[in-house]
Amino acid sequence: MAKILRAVAMERCIGCYSCMLGCARQVHDSLSMIRSGIQVRSLGGLTAGFEARYCLACSPAPCAEACPTHAFEQRPGGGIRYKEARCLRCGRCAQACPVDVVIMDRETGRPVVCLHCGRCVAFCPHDCIAMVDSHHDQ
Amino acid sequence: MLNQGYARIMEINLHTRKCAVLEREDLVEKLGGSGLAAALYREYGLPGEDALVQDQPLILTIGPLTGLFPLMSKVVLGFKSPYSGHYAETHAGGRLALALRYANLDAVIIRGQASHPVYLVLGDRDFACKDARHLWGMDTTMTARTIRNSEPSGRGRRSILRIGQAGENQVRYACINVDTFRHFGRLGAGAVMGAKRLKALMVVGDGSFPLPGADYQKLYRDVYRQVTASSAMKKYHDLGTPVNVLNLNGLQSLPTRNLQSTRFEAAEQISGEYFAEKLLLRQIACSGCPVGCIHIGLLREKFGEEHEYAYKQVSYDHEPIFAAGSMLGVSPGEEVMVLLEQAEKCGLDIISSGVALAWATEAYQEGLIGINETLVPLSFGNTENYRQAIGHISNRSNEFYHLLGEGTLVAANQYGGTDYACVLGQEMAGYATGPVFFVSQALGFRSSHLDTAGYQLDQEKELPAVEQALEYLVNEEKQRLLLTSMVTCLFARNIYTREILSAALESAGLSRFSGDLENRAAALCRERWQLKKETGFEPSQVTLPRRFYQVTTLNGPLPGPYMDQLLQEYARVIEEM
Repeated sequence: MAKILRAVAMERCIGCYSCMLGCARQVHDSLSMIRSGIQVRSLGGLTAGFEARYCLACSPAPCAEACPTHAFEQRPGGGIRYKEARCLRCGRCAQACPVDVVIMDRETGRPVVCLHCGRCVAFCPHDCIAMVDSHHDQ
Repeated sequence: MLNQGYARIMEINLHTRKCAVLEREDLVEKLGGSGLAAALYREYGLPGEDALVQDQPLILTIGPLTGLFPLMSKVVLGFKSPYSGHYAETHAGGRLALALRYANLDAVIIRGQASHPVYLVLGDRDFACKDARHLWGMDTTMTARTIRNSEPSGRGRRSILRIGQAGENQVRYACINVDTFRHFGRLGAGAVMGAKRLKALMVVGDGSFPLPGADYQKLYRDVYRQVTASSAMKKYHDLGTPVNVLNLNGLQSLPTRNLQSTRFEAAEQISGEYFAEKLLLRQIACSGCPVGCIHIGLLREKFGEEHEYAYKQVSYDHEPIFAAGSMLGVSPGEEVMVLLEQAEKCGLDIISSGVALAWATEAYQEGLIGINETLVPLSFGNTENYRQAIGHISNRSNEFYHLLGEGTLVAANQYGGTDYACVLGQEMAGYATGPVFFVSQALGFRSSHLDTAGYQLDQEKELPAVEQALEYLVNEEKQRLLLTSMVTCLFARNIYTREILSAALESAGLSRFSGDLENRAAALCRERWQLKKETGFEPSQVTLPRRFYQVTTLNGPLPGPYMDQLLQEYARVIEEM
C-alpha cells in the first residue's frame, strides 16, 4: 500500500523546523528553509501554534493534469513524481495546486513540492508528522 | 556564509535610509558571534562617545555554524550599553539566527538615527526602511501583530524584533523583544533602538545554499541523535530552567525579598514543578533546535463579574521567576506571570526591573522614598502595585521612576540605600550561591550568570583556593566565548565538545580553524576585554554592595575576606588581558 505524508499531531509541534531543514538537506541537497516540501509556520504569531503545509496527495493531482510535459506525473497513492529533465519551469503546477503548496524556487525556477518520501519524519522530535497508508488505496 | 571565503555584512544607515552589502574576506578570521561583533565594533563603534549618540552601531552577528547544526541557534548583539557605558553583548534565540543565515547575512550593522520612527525589512534580496509612526507608542505584542498583518512575505521563515514603550523612552534596561518570548534582554539594547527611532526589524530568510562537504550529512545526523537522546537536554525541555528554583532554595541560594533572605518560604509555588503542573501550556523551540526549552504558561485573568476570562500566553524561565517572584516576595506562579506579561509588553528586562523594584520596596519601607516617588505603595508580595510600577518605569512617569530607569544604583545614589542595591555590574541574576558567583557576575564580561557560571564553584563542598577559582573563571570564559562565536546555545555546551566543534567546522569547509581553536579563543577574549576597557571599564574600581557580604548561603555566612581577595585578583587578571 502506498504511503503518504501526513501531519498527524501538529498540536505537539514546537516549531523547531527540523523537518523543513531535513527536507532541504536530504532531498534538495541544500541548506534552506524554503527549498522544502514541508513548510511549517505559525498560525499568526507564536502564541497561535503551528501548521504544516505540504502536498495533500491528490489523486488525480491537478498539478499533474496542468503540467504540459509530464514533468509532474501522477504518483500511485496520491501526489506526484517529478521528472526534472522534462520540466519547462512554466509554473502551471504551482498555479493549479488547490492548497498552494508547490513553491517555484527563486534560484532554479523549478517547482519544490513534497514527494511523500518521508525523509523528514525521522527529524521530527515529537512525532507530529508520519507516513500513513494512502486513503486513495482504501 | 563564511565558507564562501567572506563575511557578508549589511551596513544600514537610518539617517539616509539606505544600506550597503559588503563581502569582507578579512573578517572570516573572527569566526562570528562574539568575535565578529567585537571586530565590527572596533571598526564602526565610537568608544569615547555616549552610548545613545546616533552613530553608535547596533551589531547583530551569527556564526560559521549557524543554520548548519542543531542548537546553533543564537544571535549576538554587540553595542555600547547605555546602562553601563561599556561595550557589551546580549544574546537571543528565537527565529532570528536562521532568518539571518538564510537571508545570507553574517552580520547587520545599524547606525544613524531616523528622522521619524521607522521599521526595517531585510532579506537576501531585499531592504526597506518603512514609516513606523503608526507603531510608536504601541506595546511589543501589538507592534508585532501589526507588522505581521502588513508584511505578508516570509511567514515561517522570518523573525521580528521590536521595542516597547520602555525602549522608546530609553529606559537603560529596555530590552529588544525577539519573536514573542525571546529577548536581547540585558544592558539596554532597547534604549539604543529607541534613540535611533527604530521601532522594529523584520528579517526574512528566503535564501538557499548548497550543502557543504561530504561529511556534513553524517555529522548532522550524529549530532541530532545525540541532542535528542541526551538526558541533559531533556531537562531543558521538561521543567526547563525553572528546575533551579527548588534546587537553589534547598541550597539556601534563592535571592528573596531584595536578598534579605536566601530562602523563600513560598518557593514551591513558584517552582518549575508548580509551573509545569498548573500553568504550562506548551513548549516551543528556537529555529533549528529540536529541544524546545521555551516554556509557555497560560495566564487566565478574570475581567467580568461572571465567568469571564481573558487568556494570555507568557513565557517563563528561572531568571524571570526569581526576579518577579522570590526577589519581590510574589507567589504563586500565576501572580509571577502577571508581572512577566507586563514587562514583556513594555519591553523591559524583567531581571533588572524586578531587582530595581525590590530595592525600591526596601527603600520605601525604610522611609527613604515615599508615595510621592513610587506613586503606588510598594510592599513585598503586592503584585498589582508592582504591575503598575513596571508601567511607571517604562513610561518614566516621574523623576523617581526616571532615575530608577537609569539603574538601581543611580536611584540609590540619589535617595540612599546603596548598601542594599543588589547590583553586580547590573541588577543581579537569580543565584545567591556565594562569593564566586557574586564576583563572577560583578566582573564578568556581560555581567551575567552566563559568562563563567561561577555558581558551580560555590556549590562545591569547600570553596576552592582563590588561584583555582581564578583559573576556572578564566578558562570557562574562554570556552564559552568560543561557543558564542559559533553561535551555539550554551545549553548545548556539553554536546559541542572541542572534538565535535572541530569536526563541525571541518565538515562546513572551515578546517583551517578547527586545529587552532584554543589560541583563537584566547585572542578573541583579549580583544573583547580591551574593547570593554577602552569604553571606560575599570575592573579595579568594581565593588560589591554591602548586602552581598551579609547573606548566608549553603556554606554558611558569606566569607568576606575570600570574596574581597577573589574580586581583587580577578580584577587584576582582567586588567592584564
